[in-house]
Amino acid sequence: MSEALDLSLFARPSGDGTLGMDLAVEGIACGACIARIESAVKRLPGVTEARLNFTNRRLHVDWTDGAIAPAQILQTLEDAGYHGYPFAPLRAEQEEAAEARRLTRCLAVAGFAAMNIMLLSVSVWSGNGTDITPETRDFFHWASALIALPAAAYAGRPFFASAWRALHLRALNMDVPISLGVILALGMSVVETAHHARDAYYDSAIMLLFFLLVGRALDHAMRRKTRAVAGNLAALKAETAHRFMGDELVSVPVAALRAGDRLLVRPGERVPADGSVLGGVSELDESLITGETARRKVEAGATIYAGSMNYSGALTMRVTAADRATLLDEIERLLEKAASAKSHTMRLADRAARFYAPMVHATAALTLVGWLLAGASVHDAVVTAIAVLIITCPCALALAIPAVQVVASGALFRAGIILNAGDAIERLGEADTVIFDKTGTLTLPEPRVVNAAAIDPELLQKASCLALSSRHPLAVALARETATRTPFDGATEEPGQGVRAMIGGAEARLGSAEFCGMTDTPLIPAQASGESTICFSHAGRCASIAISQKLRLDAVEAVSALRTLGLELHILSGDRNDAVAPIAHALGITQWLGELKPAEKIAFIETLKAQGRRVLMVGDGLNDAPALATAHVSLSPIAAADVTQAQADAVFLGERLAPVLDAIVVARRARALMQENLWFAAIYNAIAVPVAIASAVTPLIAALAMSGSSIMVTLNALRGRGGRS
Amino acid sequence: MNVLVYLIPMALGLGLIGLFGFLWALRSGQYSDVEGAALRVLSDDDIEK
Repeated sequence: MSEALDLSLFARPSGDGTLGMDLAVEGIACGACIARIESAVKRLPGVTEARLNFTNRRLHVDWTDGAIAPAQILQTLEDAGYHGYPFAPLRAEQEEAAEARRLTRCLAVAGFAAMNIMLLSVSVWSGNGTDITPETRDFFHWASALIALPAAAYAGRPFFASAWRALHLRALNMDVPISLGVILALGMSVVETAHHARDAYYDSAIMLLFFLLVGRALDHAMRRKTRAVAGNLAALKAETAHRFMGDELVSVPVAALRAGDRLLVRPGERVPADGSVLGGVSELDESLITGETARRKVEAGATIYAGSMNYSGALTMRVTAADRATLLDEIERLLEKAASAKSHTMRLADRAARFYAPMVHATAALTLVGWLLAGASVHDAVVTAIAVLIITCPCALALAIPAVQVVASGALFRAGIILNAGDAIERLGEADTVIFDKTGTLTLPEPRVVNAAAIDPELLQKASCLALSSRHPLAVALARETATRTPFDGATEEPGQGVRAMIGGAEARLGSAEFCGMTDTPLIPAQASGESTICFSHAGRCASIAISQKLRLDAVEAVSALRTLGLELHILSGDRNDAVAPIAHALGITQWLGELKPAEKIAFIETLKAQGRRVLMVGDGLNDAPALATAHVSLSPIAAADVTQAQADAVFLGERLAPVLDAIVVARRARALMQENLWFAAIYNAIAVPVAIASAVTPLIAALAMSGSSIMVTLNALRGRGGRS
Repeated sequence: MNVLVYLIPMALGLGLIGLFGFLWALRSGQYSDVEGAALRVLSDDDIEK
């Protein structure tokens, strides 16, 4: 294929006459790859800079405009043994990177301030016990104030901003009591310092900020890591389309297509955009869109949809809606509705905050009133009330959930599950009903040989080797059976018929039954059970090979393990009933429905939700996207359509179904740990608050209690490491 | 005791140098590829053969 690849869409001018491009690179295994890739790319004429980021597997290349075509960089990578694809950074990812830098800066400032203030505070504490002079103590307190006030103003911004937003919406979140505690503690300390008092709480306030920022920064780092992997996978999966420029064909990224473009779709390729057929006859597999596995015949004038697999013949088409708009209009509309409904589910931390914050504030107010009634001075009463606020400041509570989330998302990441939504773990842990889509979810995304046991292994081996020479989807499926990657020499493909080659002096043919001369052999009834047949003949022997959607390798075990966990299982499919029934039977799932439209899937989930069930939807097709958004929580295999993946709370990698099980096991354990941590924070308060109310809290006790409880919840969270055991 | 009036600001100043050093390193992208930096030091492609 000597067709040019046009990647100018991804090249960005950097001002000084050079162009820059980011690529996601696949196949990087070890540190030696860094030098190999960079030196190979730098050898290209005109390349001024090539820098590989090993952490997120991305390569940045700068080159002088006009010196090389961007496609040459891809070719160079390919020659070096890597697969690269241009990567257009998403805006959301750039914003997250900026947010991460902001958090790290806050963390650095808070860490610096906490260390220095602690140095001064320890001196004051030990001095108070011995013979510190009031002048020296005042000097130490003012020095602490000088560090603490600017540091809190800078490092506290993430909390203050979030608390302000919540108050603006007349709501309470965890950041409200945090902000209030920090501000009051600092304010009181300044007043106390001005009155030459013995105690000040600068260290408590700043340490609180520091611990919370550590939790928040870790949480953010984990999310960014999974997001980067997901972004790379999306870039590597991105497909190119063949666009006619006059009479010439040019490969362009699908993102560059515009309405009115004329495209060529070869057999074995996916239709890149919605459009109408101009010429050619073929069969399309639309299972990605409708879930239907039977193929549809199309000819000139037919409307075809992005994501369909072209089976038999080459088609020329005109793009009608480049943004994949027509078919997706309906789906998008359903999506919006479902997504807005989901934002009402409240996170565990916010629920705790809603309950906790008023209680803290009420306790502090009662303390104030109580001491005033008991005849204490206004000053003493206020100091005690603020001490209550500081000691209850939900350091442990605010760390209780993020700490578990970081540890659990790490465990999920190692199990091959990438989280899209921040609170997916909580919702996964709550699921009590699992709904599976069939095509591509319970079954492998690509069809496989299903009757391998009935065929002579030697014959199957030759057939699958010969299949390497064909681009027909059935041949591609057959070729997955062989371990070798070298096709037979001199294999020729006859369009619409099959391939043939000479093996060991005799002609071998792979293709339709007529092509192989097998018209009199009884064939496996095709289509009836969703199977397709491809025939092979060599030296007088022949075989008909059945190819069909095959269950994921561990589907049966994974499903029965899910049942043991006490989950109710359903299958909802857009496919024909007689295609769903055998799958449901094999897995032992009695509750299944076929021939469903997206809206019917939603209605079914809504019914379950009305019964109070927490539904986990596992699906991959475009037709599943609205159902994924409706469900309480959702999972998608990585092979899913882009829209579907974007909608799912988490995406799982690989050919196995076990990640679904892992996700539920890890999430349930994480949820249990979160609740444990919340209880721990509650018990801590039950002990600390009476002490504070009794006006017996010194800054030393406050510091010890706060760090002690934070460390305890963090250690408890670490128990969530490791996968399914 | 008067010596503290000099020593504490000096200690703070030294700490601030460290803090600004870190912020500078963060801004100039020293932390954008931590894994890669650990491996790059092992490659000897900068040695003239």
